[in-house]
Amino acid sequence: MCGTADGEHERETGHDSVEEAERAQFSALLEDSAEDLYEHAPCGYLSTMLDGQIAKVNTTLLDWLGYTRDQLVGRRRFADLLTVGGKLYHETHFAPLLAMQGHLSGIALELRAADGSRLPVLVTSTVKTGSDGQPLLIRTTLFDARDRRAYEQELLRARKSAEQAQSQAETAHQEAETERARLQQVVAILQKSLLPPQLPQVPGLDAASYYHPASVDEIGGDFYDLFALAGGRWGFFLGDVCGKGPEAASATSLIRYTLRAAFLADSDPVQALATVHAALHERYAGEDPRYCTAIAGTLTPRPDGIAVTLAGGGHPSALLLRADGTAEFLPTPGGTLVGILPRPHFSTAHTLLGPGDTMLLYTDGLTEARTQAGPRYSEEDLHTFAAALAPAGAAATINALQGLLESFGAGLDDDTALLALGVPAANTIEGAAG
Amino acid sequence: MDAVSRNNVKVTGPVDGPVVMLAHGFGCDQNMWRLVVPQLVEHFRVVLFDYVGSGNADPSAWNRERYSSLEGYADDVLEICDQLDLTDVVFVGHSVSAMVGVLAAARRPHRFAKLIMVAPSPCYIDDPATGYTGGFTAGDIDELLESLDSNYLGWSGAMAPVIMGNPDRPELGQELTNSFCATDPVMASVFAHTTFHSDSRADLASVAVPTLVLECSQDVIAPREAGAFVHAAIPGSRLVTLDATGHCPQLSAPQATGTAIMEFAGAAR
Repeated sequence: MCGTADGEHERETGHDSVEEAERAQFSALLEDSAEDLYEHAPCGYLSTMLDGQIAKVNTTLLDWLGYTRDQLVGRRRFADLLTVGGKLYHETHFAPLLAMQGHLSGIALELRAADGSRLPVLVTSTVKTGSDGQPLLIRTTLFDARDRRAYEQELLRARKSAEQAQSQAETAHQEAETERARLQQVVAILQKSLLPPQLPQVPGLDAASYYHPASVDEIGGDFYDLFALAGGRWGFFLGDVCGKGPEAASATSLIRYTLRAAFLADSDPVQALATVHAALHERYAGEDPRYCTAIAGTLTPRPDGIAVTLAGGGHPSALLLRADGTAEFLPTPGGTLVGILPRPHFSTAHTLLGPGDTMLLYTDGLTEARTQAGPRYSEEDLHTFAAALAPAGAAATINALQGLLESFGAGLDDDTALLALGVPAANTIEGAAG
Repeated sequence: MDAVSRNNVKVTGPVDGPVVMLAHGFGCDQNMWRLVVPQLVEHFRVVLFDYVGSGNADPSAWNRERYSSLEGYADDVLEICDQLDLTDVVFVGHSVSAMVGVLAAARRPHRFAKLIMVAPSPCYIDDPATGYTGGFTAGDIDELLESLDSNYLGWSGAMAPVIMGNPDRPELGQELTNSFCATDPVMASVFAHTTFHSDSRADLASVAVPTLVLECSQDVIAPREAGAFVHAAIPGSRLVTLDATGHCPQLSAPQATGTAIMEFAGAAR
């Protein structure tokens, strides 16, 4: 048992000595700490009087700055260690805030070392007060912030370039808006040039028209006109050039003036469409073909009304709203598109507009509009609408259709042109509207 | 327009006391005067305010153009005086506000009785051509603006609701370390530009009211040369040099500063 006891004793002794050695080691560390931690802490320590006069400074900070203790203590103020910008910041922000709050932390400043180099630091200061609450001195710690400042400067640079990019984007956006407004103005002016400014006054005829551009940014390809011919007769046309934009506008202009000129040379509407066909074919041969659909015709006054002769080329049929309250299409069967086929064919139709009769010409913007209910509007729908409307004068017809177009809202996605020509009913007085 | 709420105007002291208007400079707000106010309110009607862009003034009233010239800051002062219909005002302007006072007094002479310029400098940048010493070069001022930028990162977005006044989130006020002198960095930068690039030397001759120049013995921002220049340029002005270090004697030597203000403000005109 003794042996055992001895053995245990020995083991205990051994245990004690290990503990003692650890304690001694630890206490050596502790004894070292107070002064050594202050002097060689991984941050700078600075104690200053209330006016900033340096009273105490640790070795770490002296090493950073390259000064000796004698050069600083009692000789320099904290602000003297700062760069000029830092001094200004110290006087305008740091010192007032510290005086008011008694503490301040995380302020970025730059120290000026003895050799003139700069050391970015993060500064925290606390005012030490006496037992009576009166401030006695200021304690300051300074952390080396070189890496952090480099990072922050990157952030600032990034912020500045982001701000710059944003302001450039805003300028560009404004310029684009201005340019868009200018373009819309050009489009509006050009669009107007493709339509008659107002319809002429035709004796014994009421005429009304309406044009709905699908977009304020693009010139539409719909066109119409009403103009005097020789011998008291009148010519008219309405059509739709394929496509939109400047090319379509250029083709529209060509078609419009060709039609007018053709009618003046020969009042046969079929011949007029054939002339346009030839002009389009010649102008756009080989490149990006341009074609149109159109109805062109003549009006000849007669004692019992106005005789209409018209020719159609691939265009939706004219619609007649009769004085007796019925409505009917006036088809021109077999008419081909104008300007694209090698041997076009245009067919003719005739009718007489008596008092109270109105003829409506329209483009497919109307009959292909999407209705609120979903399906597209159709020629049947238009016929039903016209039958309910008839009898109606030219202006009343255009007004009613304008209301119909507005009811489509966003469903009206194409340009739409309307031209109504009517003989006034015996007892109604209806002026031309345009 | 309500200048009184816009500029966070605080009026204290006897209703019939002579009016002393305390104007803060760049860097802080009306809190700068907190150590001298208790002394002054015993005898004077004390008017405190924050310039738009500083302290608790309404930031929505700020615009770059107006506050890019000292005249814009003078507008703030005059609009407060007009609204409160202040007359015989003793205007105490700290730092750049001393020059704001010069502009304000020139535009509404009937409202101002005296000027007290605390640590004034009519021009911070040296002018070798005329031998004027402001204490700084243009490059130094750029450095200050850099310092402002460096500490912009310390200015958190959480500060904004506090500046805007956000009574439904009172916890914000407690979280913030620097609840005094909180300023939007963009507005502070404009104020700094305006302040440190200002040159009011030519305006000093217009001062027609009794003026006290109160300078500090050791001031990094407004050197003794600047104080001497102001004193010489304003005929009949008094120059008092406080035994104080730094640019803010109202904080570092509040008793002496308060006494100097009281003596001059109370003295017979």
